[in-house]
Amino acid sequence: MSATVAAPGAGLFRRLLENPGAVAGLTIMVVLIVVAAAAPLIAPYGPAEQFRESFLTPPFQQAAFPLGTDSLGRDILTRLIYGARLSLLIGLIVVALSLTVGTLLGLAAAFASGVLDVAIMRLMDVLLVFPSLLLAIVVVAILGPGLTNAMLAVAVVLLPGYVRLARAAALGELAREYVVATRSAGAGVLRLMLLVVLPNCAAPLIVQATLGFSAAILDAAALGFLGLGAQPPTPEWGTMLADALQFYQRAWWLLTFPGIAILVTVMAFNLLGDGLRDALDPKLRR
Amino acid sequence: MTTLLDVQNLTVDFGPFHAVEGIDLTVAAGEVLCVVGESGSGKSVSMLAVMGLLPRTGRVAAERVAFRGADLLHASPRGRRRLIGRDMAMVFQEPTTSLNPCYPIGWQIAEALRAHAAVPRAAIRGRVVELLGQVGVPAPEQRMRAFPHQLSGGLNQRAMIAMAIACDPALLIADEPTTALDVTVQKGVLDLLVGLQRDRGMGLVLITHDMGVVAETAQRVQVMYAGQVMEEQPAEPLFAHPRHPYTAALLDALPERAEGKPRLPTIPGVVPGAEDRPAGCLFAPRCRFRTPHCDAERPALRMAFGARVRCHYPLDDAGNPTGRPA
Amino acid sequence: MFRLLARRLALIVPTFIGVTLLGFLLIHSIPGDPVEVRVGERGISPERLAYFRHELGLDQPLWKQFLDYQGQLLQGDLGRSVVTQESVWTEFKTFFPATLELAACALAFAIIVGLPLGVMAAVRRGSALDYGLIGLSVTGASMPIFWWGLMAILVFSVSLGWTPVSGRIDELFYIEPRTGFLLIDSWLSGEPGAFRSAVRHLVLPAIVLGTIPLATIARMTRSAMLEVLGEDYVRTARAKGLAPGRIVVVHALRNALIPVVTVLGLQVGALLGGAILTETVFAWPGVGHWLVESVQRRDYNVLQGGTLLIAVLVMLVNLGVDVLYGVLNPRLRR
Repeated sequence: MSATVAAPGAGLFRRLLENPGAVAGLTIMVVLIVVAAAAPLIAPYGPAEQFRESFLTPPFQQAAFPLGTDSLGRDILTRLIYGARLSLLIGLIVVALSLTVGTLLGLAAAFASGVLDVAIMRLMDVLLVFPSLLLAIVVVAILGPGLTNAMLAVAVVLLPGYVRLARAAALGELAREYVVATRSAGAGVLRLMLLVVLPNCAAPLIVQATLGFSAAILDAAALGFLGLGAQPPTPEWGTMLADALQFYQRAWWLLTFPGIAILVTVMAFNLLGDGLRDALDPKLRR
Repeated sequence: MTTLLDVQNLTVDFGPFHAVEGIDLTVAAGEVLCVVGESGSGKSVSMLAVMGLLPRTGRVAAERVAFRGADLLHASPRGRRRLIGRDMAMVFQEPTTSLNPCYPIGWQIAEALRAHAAVPRAAIRGRVVELLGQVGVPAPEQRMRAFPHQLSGGLNQRAMIAMAIACDPALLIADEPTTALDVTVQKGVLDLLVGLQRDRGMGLVLITHDMGVVAETAQRVQVMYAGQVMEEQPAEPLFAHPRHPYTAALLDALPERAEGKPRLPTIPGVVPGAEDRPAGCLFAPRCRFRTPHCDAERPALRMAFGARVRCHYPLDDAGNPTGRPA
Repeated sequence: MFRLLARRLALIVPTFIGVTLLGFLLIHSIPGDPVEVRVGERGISPERLAYFRHELGLDQPLWKQFLDYQGQLLQGDLGRSVVTQESVWTEFKTFFPATLELAACALAFAIIVGLPLGVMAAVRRGSALDYGLIGLSVTGASMPIFWWGLMAILVFSVSLGWTPVSGRIDELFYIEPRTGFLLIDSWLSGEPGAFRSAVRHLVLPAIVLGTIPLATIARMTRSAMLEVLGEDYVRTARAKGLAPGRIVVVHALRNALIPVVTVLGLQVGALLGGAILTETVFAWPGVGHWLVESVQRRDYNVLQGGTLLIAVLVMLVNLGVDVLYGVLNPRLRR
């Protein structure tokens, strides 16, 4: 008996490409990855390099500083490029962390049921009560400011989403005949969990992960802005905006460009995630 | 007899797909017309098109669609809304989903009355109770406050019928009204429809896929297949002497006619979809009497033996195709 | 109906305990306690430190401290701010009306603009309005709210001078804090120009805070309406010859509102989170600003108490939404 695997395959990719928003998101994502990977090659200078004769240079005026410089004379374009690297890394780590832990917890809850299930879900309910930024702030307050702690905090905030999703999908699969059959044939729980049930829950988790990327970047930027995330001189986009607070009324470019960078990146992942969700949804309405 | 509905050469397309092709249809006052066919035959779509209830993707074209002589096809939306629900009404297949789950059934029936100002405000409640009584809903004063999900399919269908006849329509279209109901309940609802039609002298168009229903109710029958009319004649002659091979096959498939046979006859194959429409007769791939001429040329609807038949070799009284080369 | 309420309330209790426990554990896992900061004081000896510890109950085993804390909470005692020595509850009461006013106006803005936009986009599916709405809502949901706030200030306050840069009202006004809601108080005070000033200060922060809920509500309404408009009962309504406007509002929207209301409930949590950033950007003296400052000042009592209060608030709102959902959806009744 073959398991009905919701095949992420050629059909999916084709449907995805039909969605103009998803194509745009995918393109931007690829561009970002390239930029981030090639940062040392593309960026004109180093991210912490200061040009003491050129504080607060406006953009589009000097070829040396196309997007202007900040209050310490650092080139904005360079910092944006290195910031891309940082943002992608943040998204990757946060999503990897919350996805893994969340899926394991969700699967465990679905399989173990009973007390463990209730305990895990209650814990997730508690986490969900707090507004996400507030929870992240509390976690960072305890651990201390810094990029690593900020990433950890955001991972905690995103955790319940994956737990619920994994648990719901797993429960749905557990009721299916092929699982009952495999179980009664004596398959071990761990093997069943990871090799049989998990692949069929993959689709919604993938969508959530993509959308989680954008949530991670936004939340990390917010923490950076509040001074609780990446600390200066790290060129994280949110931290750059915190720097901009003092001078933005005089120097609008300090504010505009990092914000646009965040906006475009987050939008790309949102569009991609929405496109994935539509492509994976069999009830697609035309 | 006054003609209520006059439809000539109606075509409905959904993009490249021809759901209905060249339908002619007339209904007179006090007449019961049954439109019968398999799923995908276009029987529902054609009536929805007449009522103007198709989704935006459907394009409707016709030489004439007239109700009581007034042009319906080019009517203004407001003009059409004056007729629909008041002089022409429709009842649908799934009664429970066809009623709004957020409002009690009494309220929804009253809404029809209010919309067409059929009855003075003060008399509305009484009229709703009266209507529910007429359609056979027990304890109407209590039932009218119920929500659709609290009632059975049969009761919901009766409520929908009450809603349709509330403004005394001249024409009632019933789209598979009993298909979604339990078999035990079907007969009651059918009898209700026929009784109401008789008592009020309405024209009734009954859409169904069930030849048994046709046998019980029809005065005139129109057989549709893949968007076209295959045969049309009064009910009795149709059952005695079907002229189109498709009609004959449908009748043969009735359990009552299968007595003595070892197996229940079926019609092999499926209704053509959007991609596999034959160039010739649409039924030819499944027809017992298929010839190369049938595959080559699409037959036109013409008179034969007092019936309108779309076949190159209509069946005679013995059930043999006339004029067919051996 | 009441059984629904009772069941929901019963569920709140373990969540409440969990929330307080989480807050308690988190705060107590911070290295150092309030007494340690006094180590360098003159005249401090280990014995005095131990005395202070005992005073604050910090030498008790952790579980006993937690139970004591629960007892305190149930009596309404949330502790005192380490910085101002004010009761946390008092401080919260001072700052909360500002946040509530801001959040309420933001939500009102989001609903008043978002709901009709979503309905119109669904009714005119595939039109320029529809695509425009989708584009705007994706953009709105992807913007960092603090950036949007600062940009708005740059454009509307600094460049165009339409709105003030920060604060709730011009400094020259002193308004008697009767309700704590400046809109009402300034109106009641009768001082010329006070109400207008309060409104001008509120407009931009409310719009900025309400942008993300607006995007979500518009999208949610659109997709709910699209789904409902394809339902059988809408076709029946058309078959009754009803006017299109009536069909959209009375038949479709009524049903579409059900999923939209649940989304509305979720927005409250988002609003409170967004308020933290908005208040920081606009120097709005509300709860969000208060909490951020408490982190920077290491005023952990405030952080713990304030977070707990907000969590309780969110739980109550969720309860309200559940009840409202039960009212709107007849299928859940009885």
